[in-house]
Order: sequence, then structure tokens, then C-alpha cells
Amino acid sequence: MIYAAIVFLPGLGALIVGLFGRLLGIRPSELITTSLLIVSCVLSWFVFWRVGFGHETAHVAIERWITSGELDVAWALKIDTLTAVMFVVVTTVSSLVHIYSIGYMDEDPSRPRFFSYLSGFTFAMLMLVTSDNLVQLFFGWEGVGLFSYLLVGFWYQKPAANAAAIKAFVVNRVGDFGFAMGIFGIFFIFRSVNFEQIFAAAPGVAGQTFLFLSYEVDILTTLCLLLFMGAMGKSAQFLLHTWLPDAMEGPTPVSALIHAATMVTAGVFMVARLSPLFDLAPVALGFVTLIGSFTAFFAATIAVVQNDIKRVIAYSTCSQLGYMFAACGIGAFSMGIFHLTCHAFFKSLLFLCAGSVKHALHEEQDMRKMGGMAPKMRITWLMMIAGGLALSGFGIPQIGGFAGFYSKDAIIVASYAAGTYNNYAFWFLLLGAFLTAVYIWRLILMTFHGKTRMSAQDYAHLHESPWTMLVALLGLGLGAAFAGALGIHTFIGEGANVFWGSAVVQTKEVELYQAMHTELPEWVHWSTFTAMALGTFMPFLYYVLVPSLPAITSRVFYPIYVFLLNKWYIDELYDLIFVRPTFWIANVLWKVGDIGIINGLIDGTAAGVYRITGRAVRLQTGYIYTYAFAMLVGLALFMTWFMFMGGVR
Amino acid sequence: MTIGIGHYLTVAACLFTLGMLGIFLNRKNVIIILMSIELMLLAVNINFVAFSYFLGDIVGQVFTLLNLTVAAAEAAIGLAIVVVYFRNRGSIAVEDINMMKG
Repeated sequence: MIYAAIVFLPGLGALIVGLFGRLLGIRPSELITTSLLIVSCVLSWFVFWRVGFGHETAHVAIERWITSGELDVAWALKIDTLTAVMFVVVTTVSSLVHIYSIGYMDEDPSRPRFFSYLSGFTFAMLMLVTSDNLVQLFFGWEGVGLFSYLLVGFWYQKPAANAAAIKAFVVNRVGDFGFAMGIFGIFFIFRSVNFEQIFAAAPGVAGQTFLFLSYEVDILTTLCLLLFMGAMGKSAQFLLHTWLPDAMEGPTPVSALIHAATMVTAGVFMVARLSPLFDLAPVALGFVTLIGSFTAFFAATIAVVQNDIKRVIAYSTCSQLGYMFAACGIGAFSMGIFHLTCHAFFKSLLFLCAGSVKHALHEEQDMRKMGGMAPKMRITWLMMIAGGLALSGFGIPQIGGFAGFYSKDAIIVASYAAGTYNNYAFWFLLLGAFLTAVYIWRLILMTFHGKTRMSAQDYAHLHESPWTMLVALLGLGLGAAFAGALGIHTFIGEGANVFWGSAVVQTKEVELYQAMHTELPEWVHWSTFTAMALGTFMPFLYYVLVPSLPAITSRVFYPIYVFLLNKWYIDELYDLIFVRPTFWIANVLWKVGDIGIINGLIDGTAAGVYRITGRAVRLQTGYIYTYAFAMLVGLALFMTWFMFMGGVR
Repeated sequence: MTIGIGHYLTVAACLFTLGMLGIFLNRKNVIIILMSIELMLLAVNINFVAFSYFLGDIVGQVFTLLNLTVAAAEAAIGLAIVVVYFRNRGSIAVEDINMMKG
């Protein structure tokens, strides 16, 4: 009952406010959705405590859904540690974002719609994390996609917002194609979409192959790769990442909730949920590692040169999701989830701080027009620094640090222990960690420090945000500061087996964890700290000590700078490969196929008929003698024919 | 010279052709068309009577009498139509009767 309440309360709020928002008015709409979410959040923490530490798993059947032949899909809630962790992450961030939005959206006339979407999104996300079969997971998966679309395009008057919403939807369709194929394939092989049954049958299928175009292909590898394709789309991994930065057109609380803390982590969640399956497909896991670690590095390089405050954080999200996938790829699924949890707190904190900055500046996002804001917005500034410290993984080895220090560094060290080809994953992730510190401190310094680059009038108008926003910031700030230290011994390491139970596969992780603490060279442990320290020092050098350096550097490394500024030209590449040929084909089909051939044929036939009948009607003169003459001639012809042919035979 | 069936049939054929040509070639008056039709009917009647006489079968002559009755009725109806038509349209010239053209 309590589990169903957690999932359905936000849905209820969304329904009430969505249907009756206009009648209720703005303030009651906000209060209904927010209070229902806070109830859900409190219950989630209770469930987290009960499931995570009381080791009480549950399976709540709600309703039958589809029963057709062998296919049997039910609405059911599967409650284990993984679900409980996601419960806490989703409802906590969501309720704080609801509270924050009350302050942030205070000038928007369509707030009931906004809050209804937010709650609806939370419902879909909770449905996703509680699903006990792939079809229900897919329902939640598409549900969050839908609400993401609606919220990115919330300001539908802005053409850019509409374009971004459509792009997010379409790019996700590419990934969902693979995901759907994966589900079909799983049903084809296992004759079930239920997690329990799939996991029970998976070891029997491991190593089996099927013939595809006369190649022998491993079944599980194929299935996992297809499913991972869906995860790549949803979690904005390299090649399918292009929608995430554009999605920043949406309101900032949306970016914090959907594009940092919850929806984009659905891919990681899915891989962790299916860890028993992925664990049996080492090739697929290798691919996950490759994509994850490369994205971690790739997105960080772009974030370093962007000037839009939200885009920097968006690329940072991309990059951090890469860390999570890299962790899953090397078999350390619970490390991935641990980083997911920490990341949810500090990344949504960073987004909300950026929102606070935007709120003070009336929707200005360009960091080149900021600077020197720290004295005017002390709390936002402090919280931003907390988020920055957490993201860059600030901490002192052996003593302690912020959230990222525990979760991210564990992944980097584990990737060394996992021993990928030439340790490529380790180096990508380490470089990524260095760049992470660079871009986040660059962001903070450009925004809050130095001489201001805005007009004196704007500067005088700067103000700290209302208390609802600050409450949310402080709540997330606490999470960013302490989530890592509190979770480290529970989520990963020696005691993790007890905590996770059978929710995620632990076999490889235990080996990795032992290797991390016995066999690794000493420098590996220090490398993460060094990367973080160097990365933190660089922006201070560039933006505080020698302010002329950024311009010089961008001039000296001009090609690289432009390459990064244009985001590796991925969007242009897609435009060249997919968009333009599609336009060209569509144009040809339109002009030649449709107008030329189809219209031509039909119009031509019609014109021909018209022309022929135009002549035929002249035969019908209206004079009786013509008809009589025709009859006579016809009669004569018939008689002649009868006489010479001898009649009908 | 004995008058045989061939002579009768020739006269009938001539009358029939005259009637037919009267329909085709007449552009002026509808009444002439009616007369032409009458002429064709009479040609057929001559055929009936001739065959009746030469084949020794009285049925042909009985049929001729029926034909004459029909021709009288037809002439009456035809003339009535022509009168009504003239009242409505003010002309019974064949050239003017072409409303049913395409």
C-alpha cells in the first residue's frame, strides 16, 4: 500500500491539477502537487530505510494488463534496494524542484500546467523504476520522454524551445527503436518479459548463438546491445547526446529534475536493473565501457569552452552519465548507482543555482555577460561552490570530501583495476575528471567573480532569490556535501552485498573492490586527487591570476578551440548525413514522385477523358433525323453482316 | 404482262425508301415527318397484303387492318403533340427541335 502510494500520489496530483488547474487557481495547484510530492518523498525515505537496512523486498501486483497467448504483462511494483534508492533520488529531487519552482516560475501565467507536468513526470519516472517487467518499464520510459517533451517545449511561444522539444523526442526515438527491438528479442528468446523469469532463464542462454546473414552472433550480446541503444538515447551518450544540450531551452527546474537527476539516469538504471543479463554478455559490457568512458571525456572537452551557463552544466551531465555507464561497463553496477545518487544531488543543485542566477538576471544565460555576482547572491554563490566541489570531486584522501570525491573517484580507480585495453577507460575518465574541475570552476569564476561585465543598472538590480528557491538549494546542498560520505560504506565496498541483496549483480564488483585495495600501484589512488587539484588550479590561473590567458590560449590553439566550441561538429555531421539527404529524398519524392508522376497520371487521365468526351458529345446533335439516319446505317450494316456471314453462329 | 409479287414488293420498297428519305432530308416541318412515317407504315401494309394474297393466307390482311388502326391513333397522338409543342415554343420547324443535344 505504501509503495503504491509513493508511485500514485504524484500521478494523482498531476491528474487533479492537469484537469482542474484553471478552476483551482494557481496557488492551490502549486500546493496540491507539491504537498503530495512531499508526502511521497517522506514515504520514500521510510521505504528506503525499511528495504535498504531492513532487507525487506516486496512485489505488489496491481492489475493485469496484457494477456495474449504467451505474453503476460501485469502492472506490478517490484520493490528492492535499487528501487528504494531510486525512490529516494526521484522524490527528493522532485519535491525540492517543486518547491523551487514555486519561487522560480512566479511570473509565469500557466503555472498549473507546469506543476501538472512536473508531477506527471515524477509519476512516470516512479513507474519506470518500480516496473517488474520490460513492458511496464517501457511505459515509464516513454512516459518520461513524453513529459520531457512537454516540459522542454513548455514555453511554446519560443521557436527554439519547440525545435529542442522535437529534437529531444526524435533522437530518443532512435534509441527507443533499439530498446523496443531488444524487448521483442527478449520475448522471442525467453518467452517472457518478466524480470524474474528472464534472469532465471538467462544463464541457460549464455554463449548460445544464432545465425544472422550467415554470421554466428551471440544472443545475449545482441539483446544487451539493443537494450543499451535505448539507454544511450535516454541517457544522452556519445552519438545520441545531441538532444540534451538543446533541451536546456526548457525552464531551469525542468533541466534540474529531468535532464540532470532523473530521466537521463533512466538508462543507467535500466542497465543496473538488467545487470544479471548484462553480466552474462561481456562483449556488450565492453561496449558500454567504451561509450561511457569516451562520453565522459568527450562531453567534458566541450563543456570547457561553452559560454552558456546551462549548456556547460548540460554537457557536464552528459559527461557524468558517461562515468556511470563506465562503472556499469566494468561490472561495478552499484558504483554506477552510487554515482547516480550523488550526481542527482549535486547536478540538480548546480542547475538550480544556475536558475537562481538566471532569475536574478532575467533569463540571461551567457556567462560572458555575468561576473562579480558573489556579493549580491551569497547563498546561491555558496551553494554553487558546494555543487562545484561535489562535481569536481573535491576531497582529501584518507580524510573525506564532497559527494563526487567518493563516487567518481571510486569509478576511476575501479576502471584501472578492471584493466581495459591499454587502460583506455581509466585515462579517459581521469582526463574527464581533470576537465570536470576545469569547466565547473571556470563557470563559477566567470559567473560570480572578477569584475562584472553587465551594465551598472542590471548589476544594481541583482537580488537574491526568494526563500522557496533557497530552501531547495540548501536541501540539495546538504545532499551534495554529505551524500557521498554517508553512502560510501553502504553502497559500495564490503557491506554492499548486504545492502543490495539480489537487486544488482555484485560478483565482478567484489573482485574489483579487492583489487582496488590490494594490487593497485599507489599513484593510481593519487591520480584522481591530482587531476582534481590541477583542474581546479587551471581556471584560477586563467580567470583570476592572469586574465589575459584565455584569449591568448584560444588564439594559439584556434583550430582546437573552434572544434570544441562547435561541439565536435556532431550536429553538423548529422545534418550532413541524415537531415539533408532526407530533405533531398523528400523533395524528390514530392516534386517528381507526387507532383510529377501521381498527380500527372491522375490529372492526365482526367484531362484525356474530358477531351474525348468533348468530341463525343458532338455526335448527340438533338436532331431526330440524325438519330434516324444512324439507326438506318446501323440496320444496314447489321443486315449486310448477316447476309455475308450467314447469321449468328 | 402479269403483275406478280415482285411488282408489289418493288412498289412497297419505293414507298418505304421515300418515307425514310422524307425523315432524313426534311428540315422544315415536323408534320412532314409524321406523313413520312405514315408512308412507311403503308409500304409495310402493301407488303402484308401482297404476301397474304400470293401465299393464300388471310392473316396478313387482318393484320393490315390492325396496322391501319394503330396508324390512325399514332397520327392523332402525333398531331396532338405537334399542336402542344407549337403552343409552347412557337415553332414546329425540325431545325428548332434540338434541345436534347449533348
